[in-house]
Amino acid sequence: MTATPVVLTLAAALIVIGMAGVLARRNLMFMLVSVELVFNGAGLAFIAAGAHWAQPDGQVMFLLILSVSGAETATALALMLRLERHYGTLDVDAMRQLRD
Amino acid sequence: MDEPAVLLWLVPALPLAGALVLALMGRRWPETWIARLACATVAASAVLAAIMGADYLAAPGARVQVLWSWFTAGELSPAVALRLDGLSLVMVAVITGIGFLVHLYSSAYMAGEEGYGRYFAWLNLFVAAMLVLVLADDLLLLFVGWELVGLCSYLLIGFWYRDPANGAAARKALIMTMAGDVPLVIGLLLLFSSLGSTAMPTLLGQAAESWPPGTALPITAALLLAFGAIGKSAQLPLHTWLPSAMAGPTPVSALLHAATMVTAGVYLIARLHPLFALAPPVLAFLAWLGAITLLLAGLHALVQNDIKRVLAWSTVSQLGFMFMALGVGAVTAAMFHLFVHAFFKALLFLAAGVAILALGHEQDLRRMGGLQQRAPWAFWGFLAGGASLAAVPFISAGFFSKELILAALWQRGGGALWAVAWVGAVLTAAYITRAFIIGFLGAPVTPATGATGWRMHLPVALLVLPTLGAGWLAPPFGALLAPASGATLPATETAFLPALLAALAPLLGIAFAWYALHRRPASAPPRLASVQDTGFDRFYGAWVRGPYRRLAQRLADDPFDRPFMAAAHLAHFLWQVLSATQDGRLRRYALVLVAGTAVLLAMVMT
Amino acid sequence: MTLVFIIAVLLLGGLLAWWLERLGRGVPQRVALAAIVIALGTVFTLFGDSSEWRAHWRVPWIPHFGIELHVGVDGLSLPLVLLALLLGAVAVLVAWRVRERPGFFQFNLLWSLAGMVGVFAALDLFLFFVCWEVMLVPMYFLIALWGHEQRQRAGFKFFLFTQASGLLLLTAVVALAFSAPGGPRFDYLALLDGARAPAARWIAAGFLAAFLVKLPALPLHTWLPDAHTQAPTAASVLLAGVLLKTGAYGLLRFVLPLFPETAQAVAPALMALGAAGVLYGAVLAFAQDDVKRLVAYTSVSHMGFVLLAVFAWNRVAWQGAVMQMLAHGLATGALFVIAGALQERVHSRALSAMGGLTARVPRLAAFGMFFAIAAFGLPGLGTFIGEFLSLLGAFQANAIIAAVAALGMVLSAVYALSLIQRAFHGPPGEHRLRDLGRRESGVLALMAVGLLWLGLAPQPVFDLTAHPLQALAGG
Repeated sequence: MTATPVVLTLAAALIVIGMAGVLARRNLMFMLVSVELVFNGAGLAFIAAGAHWAQPDGQVMFLLILSVSGAETATALALMLRLERHYGTLDVDAMRQLRD
Repeated sequence: MDEPAVLLWLVPALPLAGALVLALMGRRWPETWIARLACATVAASAVLAAIMGADYLAAPGARVQVLWSWFTAGELSPAVALRLDGLSLVMVAVITGIGFLVHLYSSAYMAGEEGYGRYFAWLNLFVAAMLVLVLADDLLLLFVGWELVGLCSYLLIGFWYRDPANGAAARKALIMTMAGDVPLVIGLLLLFSSLGSTAMPTLLGQAAESWPPGTALPITAALLLAFGAIGKSAQLPLHTWLPSAMAGPTPVSALLHAATMVTAGVYLIARLHPLFALAPPVLAFLAWLGAITLLLAGLHALVQNDIKRVLAWSTVSQLGFMFMALGVGAVTAAMFHLFVHAFFKALLFLAAGVAILALGHEQDLRRMGGLQQRAPWAFWGFLAGGASLAAVPFISAGFFSKELILAALWQRGGGALWAVAWVGAVLTAAYITRAFIIGFLGAPVTPATGATGWRMHLPVALLVLPTLGAGWLAPPFGALLAPASGATLPATETAFLPALLAALAPLLGIAFAWYALHRRPASAPPRLASVQDTGFDRFYGAWVRGPYRRLAQRLADDPFDRPFMAAAHLAHFLWQVLSATQDGRLRRYALVLVAGTAVLLAMVMT
Repeated sequence: MTLVFIIAVLLLGGLLAWWLERLGRGVPQRVALAAIVIALGTVFTLFGDSSEWRAHWRVPWIPHFGIELHVGVDGLSLPLVLLALLLGAVAVLVAWRVRERPGFFQFNLLWSLAGMVGVFAALDLFLFFVCWEVMLVPMYFLIALWGHEQRQRAGFKFFLFTQASGLLLLTAVVALAFSAPGGPRFDYLALLDGARAPAARWIAAGFLAAFLVKLPALPLHTWLPDAHTQAPTAASVLLAGVLLKTGAYGLLRFVLPLFPETAQAVAPALMALGAAGVLYGAVLAFAQDDVKRLVAYTSVSHMGFVLLAVFAWNRVAWQGAVMQMLAHGLATGALFVIAGALQERVHSRALSAMGGLTARVPRLAAFGMFFAIAAFGLPGLGTFIGEFLSLLGAFQANAIIAAVAALGMVLSAVYALSLIQRAFHGPPGEHRLRDLGRRESGVLALMAVGLLWLGLAPQPVFDLTAHPLQALAGG
């Protein structure tokens, strides 16, 4: 109801802060944490919407996001371990082979 | 009216067959076989022509033979058809007669040369092509012969191909004559399209019926055709190829560039005279062009040191004389001069050839001399030919033919043309006398070591007769030509004074030359030396050959390719720019993603 | 069935040649030659038939879109099919000693040839386009794999030009087919009678684009010198002798009858383009040092006459165009054979490296001079008839443009004589060179005889083409 715009603003803030973190940080670990923030922001937006429309769908989406992000974090951490082993660093600017 | 002639086709066919055989087998046969075959075919043609000529004289009336219909396209149906009438009979006599003598002469002159078979193959082909040209009853067939003789001229001038200068002379000849042929072709297109036929009798009849004299169509057609004649007969401005053509063997110069090929232009105008009669401005143009050529070429002949060049410029000049006659409608006079000129010019060339060989290939007049004892055939032959060229009164045939032209000019052309022609006659006598004095009289300079045999002497001897005596054939000649050209010989009873002056002209020229040479050493009179090069060659070099070459070089890389290559370069450039964006920096990729998404969302939501 | 048989023989022959390479180096070319001879023999049987469409055969292919396998030849396409097969035989004979993968070479040669025959025989627009493409791809391989030093670039350029214009052609074909009332019709005969589409001008433009590139017409010709120069001799013979004619054929068969108003509207401009091509090609031919490039530009010049004649809209001009196509195919094909022979012996295509060859290789020089002289249209040879009738017909349509094109006569003499001088005349060099063998001489002699026959007795060709060209004029 009246809380919805506030919650949505919080969710937007979380997403933007998270995106900024992804773009601005060089360490892969911190980029991952920032991506998590984005997910949480998105989840919060869904909850707010569900509460606004009084539907359980928002909660369902949040559960989906939680599980997917968990799986994704696990995969990302494994990849990060490999990358660290290969490049000797977690600095993303050092990883430039995705090119022409 | 036109009787069929069953054997007419053999006249050009025999030399053609000879040419084919020699072209294929010439490299493997010994010289005697080659010479015998080549001479035999032309001799056979000459004999046939003589028989048919006698038959014709006994019963005048054109003989026509239609061989086959070449093709039919639209309303045109050119046929390979031959016609023997007075005009073509004269030409056939000249071509086969002089052709045979030149073949005989060549068998000795060219002995031992590499490519002996090739030479005679081309020479036979030339005779065949020239016969087709003059016998053709169809204008398109005439054009076939026209181009073929041009080709043979190219092949023969450039016979000694190892020297690039000969190749250049040959190319110059062919390209210049083809430059004249472009307007000729356009003229043919005009004639065929407007009059609906390629057969000459039909064309001429149709033109006389449907084209009023002096209107645009006949004038345009005649003018276009005239340019072809100008090129082929080496009149100004397309004349410079003829002196250069002297790079070819002397017998070739005798046959092609004196007696036959260069006369094709005169023949064309004579044959198509009814058409030209419908275009008086063109005739006047031709007369004056001939006049200017007569004088200019005569002046050139006066200052040459190479004997063949003297004769070449002389030919240009004499052809100008014939054009003057054509220009005032004196077709018979022009053809008679063509006939007589063929004999004495060929004689002059062949005699010069004997002298040249006797002196070991020496062609410079200043290094010749004293030939009365050492090369008598050359001496007397050149003397006879020179007398005829100079038109020495009564004893030479040239006198009669020149008289006829001068009389015609006086009657029909008015005083100006006559005066120019008179000066030309004086000049002619002067230059040939000079050449004779320097080259044949006086003290010997070069030793006479070369051998010349009966095969070269006999043609010279045989040519002396008509050179001196053919003048008496004038009246029957006129009767012979009358049906074809419709023009009669001008009455020889002209006013007394012009005739007297005309007879005095050669004597004046001879005296002038004698006097000038005895006052100075045997070199060109300095005040005329500036005429040596009137700059036509330089003009063509600077304004035609040079610019064309530069144009070709400039365009050689094909400027039309630039837009397409530009497209290719653009693609390459875009590749370079876009590749730069794929630098592997992940954060930049992510930034672009986010920014793009933000822009899209903004666009969607507003 | 006859035409399908001919095309099938060529296709199968190609496959067989490729497969049987394993049996020996000499096998593929013999198989290829056999296939072409069989095809030629079959074609000769069609000459006796005098119906309007010979070997007429149609079978539904994709009925949903109105596409059929519809083939037939008439008096216009039959001589062109014959020319294609004759030059195909010449190409195989010229490529007799190819060392690199001869089987694949003959396969490409025969499949390209099959495409060309299909182009001339197709009466269904879709089938026409398929054959158009089949003609192109193997030719690209021939250039890119067996060509000379810049083959990749030349092959690619050739491919791009033809494909781009082919795309426009495809669009136009589809648009035309779908514009017919009552469902899509790709059948040529049906489209002839049908109503015109509202966007006829654009559709005509699509057809024109493809054919003008192929012809080639002046601004779009720049693929030709590169492709002809870099291609191996056999491919050059087919390129110049046949491929260019498919462009002219397309104009006569499709553009003029299907889009008469548009064609007449653009006729003056295209005639001018033809005349410009005549002159431009001649000037550039003179400027070349590379002998194959020189011959390539002569093709541009000669096909300018064809373009001039096609758009002159009268029968005399069209007869001239057809004769020019046939004569030029023989003359230029022969010139490429000679250029290839020169390159093989002198190991260079530069005219500045040649000279005085009449003394060293007399037979080659004699043939070279003969065909160079044919190139400038000496009367008595087929090229003269083609040029003269083209000019005559064009003169009746537009005298000025025809007069300008007539200038090409002397300009072609300039380049032909320059070629003769630089290659064959002048002082000879030291080394001994091998003259033409029996195989090469025989091929060239046959082509020379062909040219003479066309020049002296052209009437059979005119009789054959009279009826289809009459139909063109009526339509």
